[in-house]
Amino acid sequence: MLHVLLIIFLISLFYLSIANRMTTYINVLALQGVLLFFVAFMELKSINTVNLILILLETVIFKSLAVPLFLKYILKRNHITREAEPFLPNFVSLIITTVIVITTIILSNTMEEGKLDKMFFVVALSTLFTGLYFIASRRKIITHVMGYLVIENGVFVLSLAVGNEMPMLVNLGIMLDIFASVLILGIFLNKIGDVFKDIDVSQLTNLKDY
Amino acid sequence: MIVTYLIISILIGATLFFNKNKTLNYILICLFLVVQCIFTAYVCWHYNETSANYFTFDSLGIIMLVTATIISIPAVFHSYIYIEESEEMTPHSRGTYFGALTLLITAVSASYLANHIAVVWIFTELTTLSASALIYHHRNKLALEGTWKYVFICAISITFVFIGILFLSLSFANAGSDDLSYKNLLANSSLLNLPWLRLAFLFIFTGFTAKLGLFPMFTAGVDAKDKAPGPAAALLSSIVMCMGFVGIFRFYVIIANTPLLHWASLVIGIAAFLSLFIAAVYMIKVKNIKRMMAYSSVEHMGLVMLGIAAGGIGYYAAILHIVLHSFIKASLFFQYNQLYKVYKNKNIYQLGNYFKYNTTGAMVVLFAFISVTAMPPSGMFVSEFLIFRSMFEANQLILLIVVLLLLTFIIWAFAKNIFRILFIPAVNFDESKVPQISQWRSLSQFVLIGGAAYLGLNPPLLFVDLINESIKFLPH
Repeated sequence: MLHVLLIIFLISLFYLSIANRMTTYINVLALQGVLLFFVAFMELKSINTVNLILILLETVIFKSLAVPLFLKYILKRNHITREAEPFLPNFVSLIITTVIVITTIILSNTMEEGKLDKMFFVVALSTLFTGLYFIASRRKIITHVMGYLVIENGVFVLSLAVGNEMPMLVNLGIMLDIFASVLILGIFLNKIGDVFKDIDVSQLTNLKDY
Repeated sequence: MIVTYLIISILIGATLFFNKNKTLNYILICLFLVVQCIFTAYVCWHYNETSANYFTFDSLGIIMLVTATIISIPAVFHSYIYIEESEEMTPHSRGTYFGALTLLITAVSASYLANHIAVVWIFTELTTLSASALIYHHRNKLALEGTWKYVFICAISITFVFIGILFLSLSFANAGSDDLSYKNLLANSSLLNLPWLRLAFLFIFTGFTAKLGLFPMFTAGVDAKDKAPGPAAALLSSIVMCMGFVGIFRFYVIIANTPLLHWASLVIGIAAFLSLFIAAVYMIKVKNIKRMMAYSSVEHMGLVMLGIAAGGIGYYAAILHIVLHSFIKASLFFQYNQLYKVYKNKNIYQLGNYFKYNTTGAMVVLFAFISVTAMPPSGMFVSEFLIFRSMFEANQLILLIVVLLLLTFIIWAFAKNIFRILFIPAVNFDESKVPQISQWRSLSQFVLIGGAAYLGLNPPLLFVDLINESIKFLPH
């Protein structure tokens, strides 16, 4: 069952890579939060209850409710258009995501280690690199933020894999999540939207060497 | 003690942030400097002791902490001049600026002393937060762009460091211990699983390069130093870079005691060489004096890491070099504000004849230029020479020749621009509006440059001992 959830998580990445609308991105992020909730619930058996409740709250309340609602609010407030506007066609995106996943599977097979479930490793690393790819290939600044949130979800998967032995690391991961999301989204909400009317990375090229 | 220090500093920072009264603002910031000095003295007095479990006052931490404290005093002084002379100053922006400054110095100081990789990571996050408030001080479109790029790249880089820590914990799983302190990792370095350690090093190294200003993530730092006010840029190019160095160096010490030493040195060497290459390319075409100084920092960090990669005497030279660079680059950025006050411009083509308008300031620029290009009477000549010697001893002759060639380009570009600023008359410049600048404002820069020369040419025995103590776990 754990593996089924992780595979659904992986499939959500493929879906993201061909998604066209901003709302789809937000919904997939919310779905990933719910998936992480169940993964955390099943994986972290030997962790103490208070800590587990904290982790579960973070996944459900923060990842799958607060952040998506906040993103929707930003979309509305800044009148961001519905299209994701990737630099590359969706078909190419799909191929690149597939290549990333296959590469991480090959990489995971070269690591000889019994302690870690390889599925966690594959899902986490491919989420990380797919997130970086989203950041590099999308035109809107808000999609960069979403790419970063995808990376954070990937890191969270990895921290769950070691969570039973080192619960401290999962808590640190939560701290990273909240801190970075609040900082980035906060700047976005307060400043970027007001100053730059059309939110597009081509506007962020004024810092030059000459 | 360190907990008291953190609580007091954060309280001072928070009060500064909400305070609107000018007198109280400067009383508080002076109080913070006193606290910082007392704390530094306490740390030096309690050498090699552990405080609050997660902080050890070891030699590397002491060297960096003393450097940070020395630089933070003139930084506050120049911030005072900068804020009071600024036309767009409001009580709110002053409070935010000094609050963020306090938080930045506190977070950096704590991260030098942390003995646990996760604690270093937490304080690195805090520096991103406080530095972003400093970079956004001007509240215009360009400052926002710089802040956004800095925050975004730093967020990705701290995520990378976190992934590295997770891999490190996997690598450490066999040791039967979950204590990720540097001391414990070093003691159990033979039990570390190598493939995981390799991944951990790659991610942690890449993550910290955003703070150190090395190849993969250097862009964030350059934009940040361009947009941040001069005194804040001085801190970003000195003590924050030292923090990135401490993060990488402490982990490198552990790697150096495993069979991965040569591989890790190779990775560091490649990143360092590429940084030098990029710095050389950009220095030639750059027209903005602040960015030129920022690229010069990228070059020096490349040299520092080349010293680490070469090993031997290079370890000693690297630590010496980064301390001296902090002093010199901080004084250059402090001087930048006077330059801007005279010309109201930072394009090199609009500056010129600086000796005529501000002789003392021009002397600082000239001396700092001599130091930063490592010409013989300066302190950095010694450290740079030792780095080249370590490369020679490591049989990296071809690399050494290429590096020297790149340095020639850099020195040529730097000299061309600096001499234009100092001696060649500026075009279309209205001399009647040049403000008088008090000579005393350059005093701190002279002290820093002179101190760097003293430390390089005639290092006190205590300083040498401390550096040797920091590198004692590295293979010689």
